Amino acid sequence: MPPNATASTPATAIAVDDLVVHRGGQPVLNSVSTRIAAGSVTGLLGPSGSGKTTFIRAIVGTQKVRSGTVEVLGHPAGTKPLRRRVAYVTQDASIYPDLSVKANVAYFAALYGRSRSEAMTAIERVGMGDHAHKLAANLSGGQKTRTSLACALVIEPEVLVLDEPTVGLDPVIREELWDQFRTLAKQGATLLVSSHVMDEADRCDRLLLLREGRFIADDTPADLRASTGTANLEAAFLHLIRELEKAN
Amino acid sequence: MSLRITFITAGRILRQLLGDRRTVVLILAVPSLMIALISAIMDAAPEAFNSVGLILLAFFPFMMMFMITSITLLRERTGGTLERLMTTPTGKLDLVGGYAIAFGVAAASQTAIAASVAYLFLGLETAGPAWAVFLIAIIASLFGMALGLFVSAFATTEFQAIQFMPVFVVPQLLLCGLIWPRDQMAGWLQGVSDALPITYAVKALTEVQVNAEITSAMWGDVAVVAAAALVATALGAATLRRRTN
Repeated sequence: MPPNATASTPATAIAVDDLVVHRGGQPVLNSVSTRIAAGSVTGLLGPSGSGKTTFIRAIVGTQKVRSGTVEVLGHPAGTKPLRRRVAYVTQDASIYPDLSVKANVAYFAALYGRSRSEAMTAIERVGMGDHAHKLAANLSGGQKTRTSLACALVIEPEVLVLDEPTVGLDPVIREELWDQFRTLAKQGATLLVSSHVMDEADRCDRLLLLREGRFIADDTPADLRASTGTANLEAAFLHLIRELEKAN
Repeated sequence: MSLRITFITAGRILRQLLGDRRTVVLILAVPSLMIALISAIMDAAPEAFNSVGLILLAFFPFMMMFMITSITLLRERTGGTLERLMTTPTGKLDLVGGYAIAFGVAAASQTAIAASVAYLFLGLETAGPAWAVFLIAIIASLFGMALGLFVSAFATTEFQAIQFMPVFVVPQLLLCGLIWPRDQMAGWLQGVSDALPITYAVKALTEVQVNAEITSAMWGDVAVVAAAALVATALGAATLRRRTN
């Protein structure tokens, strides 16, 4: 557990300053900055194409950036000390289709010196215990996502970055996963979860609303509703967009 | 570089390979069948088979390793697992080493079977020892792996990766002296042939074929192929990027 879990003001786990990313000559992120507190669940929301995945890849250090800095747990993103402490679950399940669920999770577990029984525990935690011996290629989309998630959970990361982890999942499983995210955060882990569905936003401690490569909000769900005078977050998001368009 | 992670990676790759029974059978059986076919074609000329069959013993593992490495690495690149691995403690050399061990085992098994068939049943004869042939075949296969790793960076689909075969493998087959003696080629072609690593594998095999003792010329040729494998591995590892666009 991170040492700062008991501190009265939570430490910053992720610090992004003036991050600029271009892809194919086009700006994808236009000088974005934010602070993400340790032991929190932060929702990264925005329509598809808004730059969510690019932002996430910059945090885990797999994205080439043009300028700006990204620091995770006090180290530049993607540097060696972070590779044992940060886990990344990609949008399309990054697992081996020709291996079983168990072999996939056991492989990623072994890279971190974790045992097969710990792998089995992670598989149970994502509700895949009954499918442990199935080939990943034969799983449904949601089952692949959960297997990919188990490969990340097994290493008990201090920072867990998830790109649209709940797409296409059964509502019951979605509920269970969000409960797990909350538990992990309570134990001191920092979670960044991207989503394009607004109904998940209320489960987050803080929201980053990304649109056309800029954050149009960086606030708690309650404050966001209050400042926009709206009842739900979907309306709050719309309100912010209209305000911006008026300003232009 | 971590030896532990290298072996874990090799184990994972072997597990993937073994899960695909059809590929295992093809890898193990096809070279023997092809060499048997050549032997039948050259039935009237055992001398010709002695040289052609011997060259194929080293050429098959080279070609197979090139093929399976370029395809499997392309899958790692396009399936997102490479990006994921790059966020784990896995180093680039751990991954390359894992592939070298896993596919090296596959190449060794293939060569052992093909060489046994050629020596025991097809009447292949060499003045030098069979282990030298085995060694040359394994080093050629590691060169094939490294080359496959390198070219996988330039393919975006498996279809393209397959198209690289005629570009990187076939010229080495045509110019290594298998289908036409090197000294009867045009001077510039001999120059090209001199620059292709498989030529040296063939030269080394020729040394084993005619000399009962291991010659220093053979070691020299083996060293050239090994050096080419190392250079291709370094180039291939350089194409594994932690940060991409």
